[in-house]
Amino acid sequence: MISTTIARKVAMALSGLFLILFLGQHFTINITSVFSEKTFNFLSHFMGNNPVVQFVLQPILIFGVLFHFLMGFVLEYKNNRSRTTKYASFKGSANSSWLSRNMILSGIVVLSFLGLHFYDFWVPEMNYKYIEFLPKDPNRYYGELVHKFHSPVRVTIYSLSFVFLALHLYHGFASSFQSVGLNNKYTRGIKWFTVAFALLIPAGFIFIAIFHHLNG
Amino acid sequence: MNLTLKIWRQANVDAKGEMVTYSVAGVSPDMSFLEMMDMHNEQLIENGEDPVAFDHDCREGICGMCSMFINGEAHGPDRLVTTCQLHMRKFKDGDTITIEPFRANAFPVIKDLTVDRSAFDRIQQAGGFVSVNTSGNTQDANAIPIDKHDADKAFDAASCIGCGACVASCKNASAMLFVSAKVSQYALLPQGKVEATDRVLNMVNQMDEEGFGNCTNTGACEVECPKGISLENIARMNREYLAATLKG
Amino acid sequence: MAKLDSKIPAGSLSEKWTNHKSNINLVSPANKRLIDVIVVGTGLAGASASATLAELGYNVKTFCFQDSPRRAHSIAAQGGINAAKNYQGDGDSTYRLFYDTIKGGDYRSREANVYRLAEVSTNIIDQCVAQGVPFARDYGGLLDNRSFGGVLVSRTFYAKGQTGQQLLLGAYSAMNRQIGRGKIKMYNRHEMMDLVVVGGKARGIITRNLVNGEIERHSAHAVVIASGGYGNVFFLSTNAMGSNVSASWKIHKRGAHFANPCFTQIHPTCIPVSGEHQSKLTLMSESLRNDGRIWVPKKLEDVKAIRAGKLNPTEIAEEDRDYYLERRYPAFGNLVPRDVASRAAKERCDAGFGVNKTGEAVYLDFADAITRYGKEQAHVKGLDENDAALVKKLGQEVVRAKYGNLFQMYEKIVDQNPYETPMMIYPAVHYTMGGVWVDYNLMTSIPGCYAIGEANFSDHGANRLGASALMQGLADGYFVLPYTIGDYLADDIRTGPISTDSPEFEAAEKEVKKQIEAFINNKGKHSVDYYHKKLGKIMWDKCGMSRNEKGLKDAIEEIKALREDFYKNVKVPGTADEFNEQLAKAGRVADFLELGELFAKDALERTESCGGHFREESQTPEGEAMRDDKNFSFVSAWEYKGEPSKAKLHKEQLEYEEIEVKTRSYK
Repeated sequence: MISTTIARKVAMALSGLFLILFLGQHFTINITSVFSEKTFNFLSHFMGNNPVVQFVLQPILIFGVLFHFLMGFVLEYKNNRSRTTKYASFKGSANSSWLSRNMILSGIVVLSFLGLHFYDFWVPEMNYKYIEFLPKDPNRYYGELVHKFHSPVRVTIYSLSFVFLALHLYHGFASSFQSVGLNNKYTRGIKWFTVAFALLIPAGFIFIAIFHHLNG
Repeated sequence: MNLTLKIWRQANVDAKGEMVTYSVAGVSPDMSFLEMMDMHNEQLIENGEDPVAFDHDCREGICGMCSMFINGEAHGPDRLVTTCQLHMRKFKDGDTITIEPFRANAFPVIKDLTVDRSAFDRIQQAGGFVSVNTSGNTQDANAIPIDKHDADKAFDAASCIGCGACVASCKNASAMLFVSAKVSQYALLPQGKVEATDRVLNMVNQMDEEGFGNCTNTGACEVECPKGISLENIARMNREYLAATLKG
Repeated sequence: MAKLDSKIPAGSLSEKWTNHKSNINLVSPANKRLIDVIVVGTGLAGASASATLAELGYNVKTFCFQDSPRRAHSIAAQGGINAAKNYQGDGDSTYRLFYDTIKGGDYRSREANVYRLAEVSTNIIDQCVAQGVPFARDYGGLLDNRSFGGVLVSRTFYAKGQTGQQLLLGAYSAMNRQIGRGKIKMYNRHEMMDLVVVGGKARGIITRNLVNGEIERHSAHAVVIASGGYGNVFFLSTNAMGSNVSASWKIHKRGAHFANPCFTQIHPTCIPVSGEHQSKLTLMSESLRNDGRIWVPKKLEDVKAIRAGKLNPTEIAEEDRDYYLERRYPAFGNLVPRDVASRAAKERCDAGFGVNKTGEAVYLDFADAITRYGKEQAHVKGLDENDAALVKKLGQEVVRAKYGNLFQMYEKIVDQNPYETPMMIYPAVHYTMGGVWVDYNLMTSIPGCYAIGEANFSDHGANRLGASALMQGLADGYFVLPYTIGDYLADDIRTGPISTDSPEFEAAEKEVKKQIEAFINNKGKHSVDYYHKKLGKIMWDKCGMSRNEKGLKDAIEEIKALREDFYKNVKVPGTADEFNEQLAKAGRVADFLELGELFAKDALERTESCGGHFREESQTPEGEAMRDDKNFSFVSAWEYKGEPSKAKLHKEQLEYEEIEVKTRSYK
């Protein structure tokens, strides 16, 4: 099914769009922590304990992440192999943005952050819920969140990762519309929207981190 | 003007190539880039050296044969021109100019700056046509009016000269702009629509078989294309391809 | 050789082709599979012929020297293609197209061939549209037309300034379809080195693989030459760098007559030469003359000031400008045929009114058109028609939509903005009406060897009208040759495959190899281009836009001497078994050095002026060309006799049944 270049490209775009959707949802929950501890706790508890979220959406998400980055590597590898003798002089800056040519780089940074995030959040969470079977505590989430942003090192790494995510999205979000074949009179509007999204959402995440760091 | 040229020299497809430095004097700003290369070759012949092999033919930017990668860009620094239309007034006295062939594994080097682009021909042979015989009595040319906007878009796509600058400029050596231009031209015209499904599937399969890379939407091809073929065509091809795949 | 037989079918002009098609022999579909046809060249004629022959069922082998069949120089044709569709309802008809073409060709073309051309012209447009060629359309979705030189109707179909490209890609796509089906075997980067004649019939060719130098033998039951014209004998021309006469010249040396070599078209609107380094000339489509006005200053002091860079052409007052075409030819004005426009430009420049440094340029001015269109647009949009800046802006937009790509091309080459200042143009060698002599079936004087497109001589007489070359190439390839060739091949259905082991193939291959070795081993002094440039200069100075007896006699001697020097002193680097452009070029220039002499000899023989051939000895008191129908109403077909100077002249008398031969007047 995903044996041709265009199919791979579309798959890459669709998985990317799915992850962007998730990112939006994630942000929506996280930002509540700035306004209301109660709402944040409520939503987090719901996400952490609802069986549909846990056993249907979560595996899809994990698959989406894995698929997107594995496909990213496959594409990078194949694309690299289509020109084995490199140019002595290649002036990519003359015709394309650095971002668009280095999606693999920004992608790897985001991926390593995901690794960290996994280790930091998902592993303890799984441990809490499914291994040690600790009692359900619908009010623990806000405290944990604030605690996480104590360390300035972590906040720095966290912020930096979101800068790279912004770079990744800056090209990737708009690009995925082109990949699935949308390029028409709305393209300018789409471009505006995607760029705004790419800048605002990561900035929002960084804001949350710094906010809790300063207020925590 | 006096210039330093760094040119890729490679005796044949199996030989190992290298960049060789030359200097060339007395270049006039009114010369085209290829006339400068001619002059340089005349000097090489005079000195008993092997002249630099490069493809060229019409020298007016339409045949698509010339194909040099100059200072890191396909067809050099000017926009909307082929190498033969690039003029030396775009360079300064004392400049060093790097000249390489269009590189892609699907474009093996024949000699020096000459590459084999027959992969493009094979992609066209896979489906870049309307299956109509030359009986001459199909139907009157004005039997089907065509929306001017579609006709203009089809024309813009059809103005591709098949030079391969898109492949050469793409960091992935992707041929999507080239293939999509042909797919678009026919997809936009009622005459071509009839076999649109098979066409896009066959052409994309052949493109993949030739070993071109994948499009990652950097947009370099559109910028370097001497005919300004739009990225919109790639989106249209993606759409056509998806529709064709779903149709089965 | 026997008397020339043009094999024109009997009957009235308008029924000849139909009757002929109905009566000639056919090859059955089953037998077509047993017959091989070689096509040399993949321009409009070669590509369309290859595709159609393959569709009919023949096994086709097609050769081109470029890296892809799509590169053939037909691709560079800009303006358009004529067809007697009469979509504009301006009174066009097959007869009128036929008449214009004969008249435009100064009554030196074969009537029956031209009528057939006009007849099938409409099929070409139908065919091309069906193939997906994106012709220009109007807002109603129907095909648009424009007008071209020498004609009073709008019958030219076009695709911006890239008509040749779109038509060629159409033919190329038809070919690709057959290559994909295995009916055409395509040989890219192969040069035809010789024709092989077995038992008096063309039976194959010898080729050189330009990538590895391999000499190959290819056999077939018929050979079609579609290798274009020989304008590059002038070195500087609008032809592609690789365009050459070799295929035509090789068959000429094997027995095909070469007709009217001196009929060359000098195109009036090309970008002037900029210096010694010039490698080729660039055409600006004739369609520009629809809107551009051609002029030079009236006063010599203005000319001097312009050349010195002290005066801008835009500063010259209207009354100080000489719109010499409008002055001399009020009926057709700037749209006179090409030969007339070219000579008029030369006349003004020779008189000292040339407007660039070399004194060889005239202005092509769009200022009036910009104002006219601008006012029209302002009116349509309900804006102020007297606002000069607005009118200019709107007008420029219209001009950009019509000729944008040409203007851009001009700006890239000359580095001047033609929207603001008039273009400079000068005539340049463009097309060769002469070529291999063919009969009505397009067969040369060698049985089984055909010549189509620009390579043959038949349709344009002494001057070709704009937008007719594309028409002829496609007519020959799509609609004429594929049928007429059957008449000959019908006798070949029992022949079976042709062996390439015959002594004739052996001998031809040996000769080819001998010439290549001679070039490689000749440790001479000068490059191939050195000789090509020298030849070009002789041709341009003495066989160019105007010719006289003394000049032509000198040219013959000079070319002969140059040829001798070439064989003695040419230096070809590299080896025979590699990609060697210089070696390929050496072979082509060797043939030009022979053709050039025959060209001059033909021009010397024809003491009349007609079409593109202007003999100074034969002109009216006003300096217009003067034809001599009594003595020269014939096609000169030259038979090769060992060397150009010994060529023997055969005359094919031109008889006009339907047309009254008149003095051509565009006044």
